[in-house]
Amino acid sequence: MRGTTLVVTTLLAGLGLAGAAQAQQKLKIGVTATLEGTYTVLGEDGMRGFELALRKWNRKAGGKDLEIIVASTDATPDSAIRAVRKLVEQDKVDLVISPLSGSEGIAVRDYAHTQPQMTFINAASGAMETTFVNPAPNFFRWNMDGAQWQAGLGSYIYNEKGYRKIATVGEDYSFVYTQVFGLAVEFCGLGGQITQRFWVPLGTKDFASIIAALPDDVDAIYLGLGGADAVNFLNQYAQAGGNAKIVGGSIMVDQTVLSSKGRAKEILKGAVAASGVADTWEDPRWQAFVKAYRDAFPPDKRFASPSLLAVNYYNSASATFTTLDLIGGDLSDGHKKFRETMAKLELDAPNGKIRLDHNRQAIGTNFVTEVVEDAQGNLVSRVVRVVENVNQTLGLPLEKFKALGLPSRTTPECKKY
Amino acid sequence: MARVGLGSATAEGDRNRLAVWIEHHPLAAVVLAAAIVFLLWLVFADWPEEFERWAGRKRVFVSALLNGITLGGLYFLVAAGFSLIFGLMRNVNLAHGSLYLFGGYLGYATVQATGSWLPAFLVAFVLVALAGLLLQVLVFRHMEGEELRQTLVTIGLSIVFADLMLWVWGGDFYQIPTPDWLAGPVELPIVLDVRPNGEAVYLRYPRVRLVIFAASVVLGLLLWLIVNKTRIGTLIRAGVDDREMLAASAVPVQLLFALVFAFGAGLAGMAGVVGGTFQSLSPGEDTRFLLASLVVVIVGGMGSIPGAALGALLIGLAEQFGSVYLPTYAIVFSFLIMVLVLAFRPQGLLSLR
Repeated sequence: MRGTTLVVTTLLAGLGLAGAAQAQQKLKIGVTATLEGTYTVLGEDGMRGFELALRKWNRKAGGKDLEIIVASTDATPDSAIRAVRKLVEQDKVDLVISPLSGSEGIAVRDYAHTQPQMTFINAASGAMETTFVNPAPNFFRWNMDGAQWQAGLGSYIYNEKGYRKIATVGEDYSFVYTQVFGLAVEFCGLGGQITQRFWVPLGTKDFASIIAALPDDVDAIYLGLGGADAVNFLNQYAQAGGNAKIVGGSIMVDQTVLSSKGRAKEILKGAVAASGVADTWEDPRWQAFVKAYRDAFPPDKRFASPSLLAVNYYNSASATFTTLDLIGGDLSDGHKKFRETMAKLELDAPNGKIRLDHNRQAIGTNFVTEVVEDAQGNLVSRVVRVVENVNQTLGLPLEKFKALGLPSRTTPECKKY
Repeated sequence: MARVGLGSATAEGDRNRLAVWIEHHPLAAVVLAAAIVFLLWLVFADWPEEFERWAGRKRVFVSALLNGITLGGLYFLVAAGFSLIFGLMRNVNLAHGSLYLFGGYLGYATVQATGSWLPAFLVAFVLVALAGLLLQVLVFRHMEGEELRQTLVTIGLSIVFADLMLWVWGGDFYQIPTPDWLAGPVELPIVLDVRPNGEAVYLRYPRVRLVIFAASVVLGLLLWLIVNKTRIGTLIRAGVDDREMLAASAVPVQLLFALVFAFGAGLAGMAGVVGGTFQSLSPGEDTRFLLASLVVVIVGGMGSIPGAALGALLIGLAEQFGSVYLPTYAIVFSFLIMVLVLAFRPQGLLSLR
C-alpha cells in the first residue's frame, strides 16, 4: 500500500496491566473514517465521537479489552474498500465499524455480502440504497439515511418560510442525491418547485461558474455540500457578493462547517436546515453528551458542539459495545448471537431513541433547525421543529415509496405525489 | 541566433508574419476575424431575448469566460516554471506539484504569523526557490541527460514530499484568508441586462480573482521581456537551442541552470499562495497541479512562455465552460484538448521546434 494512506494503529490501555492478557480476551475492532480529502474534518470529528464511546466503556466491552485499528479513507468507494479489506483480511479484526460517507457505504455493503462471517456496523454513511436495495444481513445502520435527515424541512420552508421555488446545489454522489430526494418528496409534495439542480464533483475547488449560474428568480438556494467543498463554496459565494436565502443539507449546516475558520460561514446565518442532530436541543441526554464532548477535548481540538458525525460514530460504537455487553463478548458462534441481539436493540442515544427496521436500518428522531449566533459568538443550529419516528420510507407505504424510484441526479421528479 | 523555443520574434517580425499568414490563408483569416467580433459582441452586447433563450443567460456565459481566464492565470503561474525548466534543462521535474503545495502551506503559515497577505508571496517565493535550488544541485546535477532516471527519482521525491507535508500539516484543508481590501465583488462595465426602466445591470465579479489575474499577466509579460530582451534571457534561449554549444562558449551553464531552476520553483511556490487564496490547500493538490502543468505544457509547447500562457488559457476555459454547460463531461475536456494537440500538432501549439 502506498505510504500516503495514513493508518493509525492504537493499542489500548489495560493491555500492559494484565501482563498475561490472552488473545481471546481481546476484541479487535476496525474503524474507518475519512481522514484524508474533502471530508477530513468530518472524519476527525467522527473519531472524537468514537473516542467518547470508548472512554464511556473504559475500553472494555463484553468483559474483553478492546483493541482499535483505524484505517483512513477519502470518501471514495474504492478507498473505503481498500480500508475495510485491510481491516478484515490483513488485520483480522472481529467487527468493523465503517464507513463515513454515502458512496463508501454502498461499496462496503457490497463487500459485506462477500464476507458473511464478519459483521459491519455502519459508522455514519447515509445513502438510501445501502440498506434499502439488496441489504446485507451482516450490515447494520444505526443512523438515519440522507432522506430521513431532511424530514420536516420541506414542509417547514413551504409553510413557515413561504418558499415556493428553490434551486439546489449538491455534491454529485449518492448521499446528496438521497438528501435532495428527502427534501423533494416533502417540498414538491406540498406544491413547491425545484427549478434547477446543480451537481458538482466531490472535491470541487472552483465554484465560480456555478455561483454565476445560480438563478435569481428563486426564493432560496438549497446547498448540499460538506467539509472543504462547503467552505470553498461559501468563501467564493461571499467573494462574488452572493446574498440569497439558504436552505442547508445535513452536513452543510453542521459544526464541521459552522466551526470553520474565516468569514465564509457568516453566509449561513439564518439558514434553515434539517439533520439528525440540533446543537441547542434541550433534551438532557443531548445536553449531557455535549458536556462530555466539551470536557473530553481541549477547545482548539474540537468544535463548539459535537457534529452529526461525532454523534453517528458515538451511536454506532455504543450500539456495538452494548450488544457485546449483552452477549458477554462471545462471537464464537459466527456472530449469530451478536446479530440477533443487535437487531432487537433499542438505543437510548443522545439524539433520541433509535431502533432498527427489518433491513437493519435506523428509525429515529429528526430536527429542523435555523442557524443563529450564540452568546459566545459561535454559530449553532437552533431547533425549530422535532420530528419523531422517522422511518426509511418517510412515512409512506412501501409500495408508494418504491414507485418514487431511487435517488439520482433527477429522481425524484418534483411533483405532487 | 535562431528564434526558437522560448523566444518568439520581435514585435516587428510578428506583424510581418501576421501579414504573410493572412496572405496565405485569406479564408481562415476572415473566419478568425469574424470569431473575434462575435466574441466581443457576446461580451459587450445586450443579448436579444431570442438568443438568450437559446444560449442561456448572459451572466453565466460571461462569468464562465472570466473564470476560465482567471483560472488560466493560476495555471500559467504554475506551468511557466515547469516549462522553463523543461525547455532549458530537459528536466521533467515531476516534483513540481509538491513545490506548489509547499509554497501554499508556507504562505498560509506566513499569513497566520504576520496577519498580512503580501509577505506570504515573498516568503513562499524565496523558500521554495531555495528548495528548488537544492533539488537541482543535489539531484538533477548528478543525473544530467538521464531523463528516465530523473523522471523516476522525481516521482519518488514527490511521494516523499507529499508524506512529509501530510505529517506536518495533516490532512486538513487550509484556506488563506483574502485580505479585506480584496474581499467582495467589483462591478465591471459589462452590461448583463437592461431593465424595463432603462437601468443597466452590470456584472459583479470577485475582486480577488481580477487582481490575481492582472498579477499573472504582469508576471508573464515580465518573463517574456526577461527571456527576449535581456542578456540572461539570451543565454537561456541559447541554452534551449544548443546546450553543448553554449557550454563550449565559456558560459557558466551550471550556474544558469541552478538560477532558472530556482526561479521556476519560486514561481510555483507563489502560485501556491494564489491557489490557497482563491481555492484551498490540501494533500492531493500537488498531483492535481502537476497534472494541470503537464497538460498546459503539452498543449502549449515545451519550453515556450507564450505557449504556456495559451495552454493555460485553453485549459482554464475548457474547465469552466465544461463545468457550466456540460457538467458531466467537464473533466474530460482538458484531456480532450491534450489528445487533439498530441494528434495534430505533437510539438505543441506555439512551439516551433
